[in-house]
Amino acid sequence: MQENGTRSAEGKRRREGYKRGILWIVTVLFLFAMIFPFVILISGSLMGKQELSELYGAVFSGQSGQAGFRFFPMYPTLRAYVRLLLDSPEYFTAFWNSLIQAAGVLTGQLLTAVPAAWAFAQFRFPGKRVLWMLYLLLVLLPFQVTMVSGYLVLNALHLLDTRWAVILPGAFSTLPVFILQKTFAGIPKEVTEAAQIDGAGPLRIFFTIGLPLGKPGIFSILILGFLEYWNAIEQPMTYLKAEELRPLSLYLPQMANTETAAAFAASIVTLLPALLLFFSGQDSLERGIAMSGGYSGGGENG
Amino acid sequence: MILESRTRMSARRKREIRNGYLFLIPSLAGTGGFVLIPFLDVIRRSFLRAVGNGFVGLENYRHVLENEAFLLAAGNTAGFMAVCLPLLLGISLLLAVLVGRIKVLRHQMKAGFLLPMAIPAASVVVFFKLMFAGNGWLTGVVTYFGGTGKDWLGEGSAFWILTACYIWKNLGYDMILWLSGLLSIPEEQYEAARVQGAGEWKCFLYITLPQLRETAFVTALLSFVNAFRVFREAYLLAGDYPHESIYMLQHLFNNWFVSLDIQKMTAAAVMLVLLTGGILGAGEWYEIRRRKAEERRI
Repeated sequence: MQENGTRSAEGKRRREGYKRGILWIVTVLFLFAMIFPFVILISGSLMGKQELSELYGAVFSGQSGQAGFRFFPMYPTLRAYVRLLLDSPEYFTAFWNSLIQAAGVLTGQLLTAVPAAWAFAQFRFPGKRVLWMLYLLLVLLPFQVTMVSGYLVLNALHLLDTRWAVILPGAFSTLPVFILQKTFAGIPKEVTEAAQIDGAGPLRIFFTIGLPLGKPGIFSILILGFLEYWNAIEQPMTYLKAEELRPLSLYLPQMANTETAAAFAASIVTLLPALLLFFSGQDSLERGIAMSGGYSGGGENG
Repeated sequence: MILESRTRMSARRKREIRNGYLFLIPSLAGTGGFVLIPFLDVIRRSFLRAVGNGFVGLENYRHVLENEAFLLAAGNTAGFMAVCLPLLLGISLLLAVLVGRIKVLRHQMKAGFLLPMAIPAASVVVFFKLMFAGNGWLTGVVTYFGGTGKDWLGEGSAFWILTACYIWKNLGYDMILWLSGLLSIPEEQYEAARVQGAGEWKCFLYITLPQLRETAFVTALLSFVNAFRVFREAYLLAGDYPHESIYMLQHLFNNWFVSLDIQKMTAAAVMLVLLTGGILGAGEWYEIRRRKAEERRI
């Protein structure tokens, strides 16, 4: 009787073990599929011109035959990086353009979206529900729908073909408001009310309570915004014609077509800033995304 | 006394309204100036002739609705959403459940899953070309097993390649959203259910799923927004006129813009806003009704 009991317990433990094993295998397979393209890009960036042309020439430069597959470069070299860093001024112009563009948009979003999210989360005012729905509508619409209206304004303001053409519309994006509203709404009313009783004005409450407590959310909209505008294609493609203003996201595809050997290294260098920001703020990003996860409706009390 | 406190309350209320608007103003001015007000002009133009500004009524709308490219693009966009959203939401939920149970290396795993989000579209495209070009790896694998390869991007399979690309890019983000929802469910509920003999599947069905409603809403909404962004990869992979299975509304608008077909663009934009707004309004109405019904039950 007793023996029977221990045996079934052992069987249960073994079954748990199997389950755990399968869980791990499935997850790791998923993970491998996710990072595989990244690994291929890194490996390509470490190959010499000769090796790249032999392996991938069939796909990129119209050579006959079949693209080969190699996980690790046979003759690893940093030459592609050196060439990219030393003699491709155009790449750097584009890099600089992307940086200005992303920094401009993020500054704008900090100045407008953060207070707007605070307004939607902490105050009751007439028209809130309608405005919130309007903001939500703007979140949902793809860029192409508002492309003409944006074009009309930029044209009227003579801003087409300047950096402002990408920065200004991006600075007033409503997506960060939507993401951040939830973070701010999570701050208990008692905290702000207590501060109010202590005589703190609305600005002081915003700066001393809202901003510190909303930090993960703010950080995550900044990272998400950076990724979005670092990779922006539609906006610069529509509003910028001048070659010298083109960001990396438009320069890189062209590079991939003409000089494949440098394109892999260029891809890696391009994603470095995003990656650095990403890993330095992974915790905040995760917490920020997670905080936006619950929905209770912005104008619930409005 | 009561009267006095009431007037004081209303002064406080007035201040709250003023403060709310003060915080909102910078953003509202920007969206108003760059989107809302110019959109009124877009609406006006949608009723006008291209040259001479004559009023043509619904003529432009009729042109759009009879336009074959529009019908194709609208159908494709709707089809893409209908396929890729449930797939992404399902797979990412499954993954969140898996990762939620793993205790070691969880942080690194999340980083790995979020990584694709950081990879620029142009780099993604380099990889996808290697994979799916006529003489790329997929063809290699297929010929090895005795099949014949083809240019996978030039056929109906392009649709599935784009779907895969979308899921790959957004899986990590959605997984984190689901994980936050999963973590907010108290562990005691599961314990109580298990004591009463509920299996894992039953726990998932009756405890997890119902409480993920709100998370599901946000996740679906953000996934929908991100689905439009897959245009970047599609555009870089296949240009202005890709295979017709992935010719989306974004391509069409882009091509109209290049050919300065402002009349069609304005009419189509107005229709899309009405459609999205209608769906949003209906959802809101349903939500309010549901909440009222719930209150009545309590």
